[in-house]
Amino acid sequence: MMQRRLIRETSFGLTSKLWQISWSYIVLLCVLAAIGYAGLYSAGGGSPEPYASRHILRFAFGLVLMLSIALVDIRFLARLAWPAYFVSLALLILVARYGHIGKGAQRWIEFAGLQIQPSEFMKLALVMALASWFHRASWQRIGNPLFLIPPALAVLVPVGLILKEPNLGTAVIVAVLGGVMFLAAGVRWWKFALLAGAIGFVAPVAYNHLHDYQKARITTFLNPESDPLGAGYNIIQSKIALGAGGMWGEGFLRGTQNHLNFLPEKQTDFIFTSLAEEFGFVGGLALLGLLCLIVLGGMAIALRCRHQFGRLLALGIATNFFMYVFVNVAMVMGVIPVGGVPLPLVSHGGSAMITVMLGFGLLMSAHVHRNAEFADRRDEL
Amino acid sequence: MRRETRPSGVFTRRALLLAGGQVAALGVLGAKLYQAQVVEGARYKLLARTNRVSARLIAPPRGRIFDRFGTVLAGNKTNWRALLIAEQTDDVDTTLGNFSRIVPLTEYERARIDRELRRHRRFIPVTVRDFLTWEDMARIEVNAPDLPGILVDVGQTRLYPSGEVLAHVVGYVAPPNEADVGADPMLSLPGIRVGRAGIEKYHDIALRGRAGAVQLEVNAVGRVIRELDRQEGTPGAEVGLTIDAALQQQVLGRLGDDSASAVVLDPRNGEVLAMATNPSFDPTLFNSGVSQAQWIEWTRNRRAPLINKAAAGLYSPGSTFKMAVALAALDAHTLSPGDRITCPGYLDVGDTRFHCWSRYGHGSLDLHGGIMHSCDVFFYETARRTGIDRIAAMAHRLGLGVDLAIELPEARSGLIPTREWRIAEGHAWNIGDTIVSGIGQGYIEVTPLQLATYVARVATGRLVQPHLTRTLGGTLQKGSRPEDWPSLGLLERELRAVRQGMYAVVNDAGGTAPHARLPLPGVALAGKTGSAQVRRVSRELREHGNFNSAKLPWEWRPHALFVAFAPYDAPRYAVSVVVEHGNAGADVAAPLARDIMMDALTRDPVNRQSLPGQRVAEGATPT
Repeated sequence: MMQRRLIRETSFGLTSKLWQISWSYIVLLCVLAAIGYAGLYSAGGGSPEPYASRHILRFAFGLVLMLSIALVDIRFLARLAWPAYFVSLALLILVARYGHIGKGAQRWIEFAGLQIQPSEFMKLALVMALASWFHRASWQRIGNPLFLIPPALAVLVPVGLILKEPNLGTAVIVAVLGGVMFLAAGVRWWKFALLAGAIGFVAPVAYNHLHDYQKARITTFLNPESDPLGAGYNIIQSKIALGAGGMWGEGFLRGTQNHLNFLPEKQTDFIFTSLAEEFGFVGGLALLGLLCLIVLGGMAIALRCRHQFGRLLALGIATNFFMYVFVNVAMVMGVIPVGGVPLPLVSHGGSAMITVMLGFGLLMSAHVHRNAEFADRRDEL
Repeated sequence: MRRETRPSGVFTRRALLLAGGQVAALGVLGAKLYQAQVVEGARYKLLARTNRVSARLIAPPRGRIFDRFGTVLAGNKTNWRALLIAEQTDDVDTTLGNFSRIVPLTEYERARIDRELRRHRRFIPVTVRDFLTWEDMARIEVNAPDLPGILVDVGQTRLYPSGEVLAHVVGYVAPPNEADVGADPMLSLPGIRVGRAGIEKYHDIALRGRAGAVQLEVNAVGRVIRELDRQEGTPGAEVGLTIDAALQQQVLGRLGDDSASAVVLDPRNGEVLAMATNPSFDPTLFNSGVSQAQWIEWTRNRRAPLINKAAAGLYSPGSTFKMAVALAALDAHTLSPGDRITCPGYLDVGDTRFHCWSRYGHGSLDLHGGIMHSCDVFFYETARRTGIDRIAAMAHRLGLGVDLAIELPEARSGLIPTREWRIAEGHAWNIGDTIVSGIGQGYIEVTPLQLATYVARVATGRLVQPHLTRTLGGTLQKGSRPEDWPSLGLLERELRAVRQGMYAVVNDAGGTAPHARLPLPGVALAGKTGSAQVRRVSRELREHGNFNSAKLPWEWRPHALFVAFAPYDAPRYAVSVVVEHGNAGADVAAPLARDIMMDALTRDPVNRQSLPGQRVAEGATPT
């Protein structure tokens, strides 16, 4: 009873906030990171160096970051939404002009010794900005096409910038993420149908403007055997490793995934393959189940939230996580083209880990402050 | 309230829809996973265990290295070899045991194979034996059933037709180490080599080329059933050097048994025509790993055959440094060519007496006489007036004590001391340090390559950089035309005064190096001697009068140096010679420099043809 009254009053004490954090959700994240540790331990040739020990340190840092953000008042975060969006946009423009070239694309910039990938931050900032925009929207206003133009631009401008980097995979992810936010906000179905029709019309034209390597990626995807030594080679090797794993796997540290050394990125992109080879279909399915639980947990937080900003924010973050998982796992099984997307909290890599944990911080803040009342709600008509 | 609930209702519906969609998508992935691991798993497992598709990188041929006339200095030779893939045999020891009954393996080879097997992953082939004869190959093929995991393969090995003549310049290749392999997967291929010294190291990435790939279907014991696909790599780039291999051979021959080095430059464009270091070594020995005995012999040899003395040997320049002191003084107006200084055989600075090499002194001298007689007192005094910092600045400008960016990773920069450097070392700069710097002693250390560059710059007044690469991948590199090099920015009048002194050293009666005179009518050589003490001569020894450095033990004798350019009127060659512990520059190094210059001048017509920009101008000379 006591607890309940505390929440009703909008003054959140630190203790009660800590009490409100969904610790079971955090346990899920820890289990996922531990699986990552195991995978990287194996990828490092049965040693915590060079990947696993750094992975767990980063996770610890990310966890602290996440908990700190979770305690920040959601209304303050809502006010931060658009500034965060424009800072990310500025970083994206900066990377286009001064960014480093990594694997043929300008994707990251260096700031105070840290490599920052602005497109990762943009995903979070976009979710926040759109949540903030639609938070104030009444049913009528969502029906008004003019009201939809600014958020549409807010999606398309970064998508364009990321396409120019060029990073087709991330651009598609950001675009889909934006679409999901529109959908959740209540935009009518027929508008999406219209958009889909327009894309179907424009796509063949756009294809001609793609870089050769992007075209190659698409053609490789459509026919993986056409380039068995190039991009398709990775997928064939990945499939062989998955097949070798079978139902029960070859056992921890016993996978012949050392063969995947021919794959340049077994500790990042192909970590799922590595795990599924050692722990078999059973292990792979369990991992997928865990990832699914984390996505559904995010969705549950969205549904339990009592304000539109938190609902949309939580849904966006959960979807963002889902996109990572889906693209990565689909990629290693050759369902979609290879695209340099890591498996969150499992793959080696600092930038992705920090942004994912930042996102979970936002998600958790929405959960902690699910009953917060927004003062300006009444002013909206 | 209606407004509140409706969007929320819509949200709930759509959120559930999205969540459902996402679960379904992950479910599809789960189904795909089932298909990949369980349904098709058996097939892929079979593929992994028995008939497998194996992608192998194919090593591109390493780029060859030529001299300026196209003589091959580093090439490749076909090499039939036996490889072992550890994962394709149940017992490596049995396989190797059977192998050595057919083709005997030495204990040393066996140790190397075991080492490489431990280092590489089990699917990476390891070289068992290089250079198989046809007979060996036939025997291996016949006994194939007893040799699981062994395959015969054709590769390439590095060949140095010029042998030890150019070992220090061309460098050598050796098997990659673990750090290299991490950087480039191609390097885990058997038989691949990386440049470890000289041009081989400097241009290693270009010489390496890009690996191709081949997809093979192999059976359970690793025999290739058929080739599925092949992508050729890019062969390594071919490198053309500025070196004239024939001249190099002559120069090295001239050095005889001495521990010595000599550099021949074209002073007009900085092309290194010869860079000889004696004694040398056979670069092919590194190809398959140097034996321990050989290594000990090399490293214990006090004549240090592995060191490129021409580019990495550091010596006091001795009196050859005097032109730099003179130019510094002329440039700073602390000396004019007509100024006279009197040499009584010593110079007292404070309570220290600095001796001239001539005990009786040279009397009154101007710059011309100072260089010609190599008078120490003249340059003590000039250095005192000019100061070390201005001398150091001039020396750097002339190419001494600086990084010349030569294409040899081993090259060293040497040192011209400055006040700042000495203070940074934690000492005070004394006036005595400046005085001894005036005759190229003290802390000054330079390489023979720097000395040749220095004399080239003095001879032409151009800021030429010595370089070895003439063509890379067929394209002519910048720097082969004299116009590519800017002027030194020194007054021609001052340069001429110094060159005239160098002329007098060799050609005038009373000069210090009459032995260096060319026996050719109308072609004059200008030069400067030097001897660099390796051990401080105590005053006591000197004052007892019978000091004779030639009687010292070999390693205490001074080094003999000579720098020269010719022809005097239109310099085409700049030469530096350093004979370690050769005692006196005039007696040992000067005649060597003369002979080397004669060799170069004799080959002159050949060299002239190789300079496309020069042909018209010089072809006009009457025959």
